Amino acid sequence: MAMLHIVNKSPFEKVTFDSCLGHASAGDSILMIEDAAVGAIDGTVFADKLKAAMADKSVYVLVGDLTARGLSEDRLIDGVKAVDYAGFVDLTVDNEKTQSWL
Amino acid sequence: MATKKFMFVNRKAPYGTVYALESLEVVLIAAAFDQDISLAFIDDGVYQITKGQDTTGIGQKNFSNAYKALGDYDISKMYVEKESLEERGLTPDDLMNLVWEDEDDDYKEKSSIILVNREEMAAVMAEQEVTLSF
Repeated sequence: MAMLHIVNKSPFEKVTFDSCLGHASAGDSILMIEDAAVGAIDGTVFADKLKAAMADKSVYVLVGDLTARGLSEDRLIDGVKAVDYAGFVDLTVDNEKTQSWL
Repeated sequence: MATKKFMFVNRKAPYGTVYALESLEVVLIAAAFDQDISLAFIDDGVYQITKGQDTTGIGQKNFSNAYKALGDYDISKMYVEKESLEERGLTPDDLMNLVWEDEDDDYKEKSSIILVNREEMAAVMAEQEVTLSF
């Protein structure tokens, strides 16, 4: 039963994201929203961790939160998928369960 | 009124929390009282002054242009920490062009952004009389 993990904290500021990565299972999806969106771009100290997680999990970022912080889609880590609010809804429908990491 | 050295330490990304906007409000208040103001952008605070911010997708007001107006309030010292940029995959080119006009130099536009390393930032912090953290 695949789960959608929603993270809204910056990985540079809180350990929320690390905790999520440590508890998500293979086949799960992770959606980065709000301040978490900054962790989706390449070249950061967090990028390698996210890339490792992407070996068996899907990672998404809410694009409006990315561009609000001055970051463009072309800077995303390869394989991270940008979604809009409609895509957010689709993810909640496509996954059996949802966990919000506050 | 006595002038003191004020530093506003900005450590959070904008929009996810209200800290960045609140800091900006207090900066403007302090400027109205003619204080000697410095801003520090460290950790996720560097995202506050990235260029090209577009908030149409999140339905919030884009207040990034307000940083460009700070020069008109005689706020010309925006210390940005190099390590904080590098850790986040950012370079100085990702930041807005923030300037002030030097009235002692024929109103020439000069950059307000002062790039410093962590050690230099610590030294600037140590010089302050009042520090407000956001």
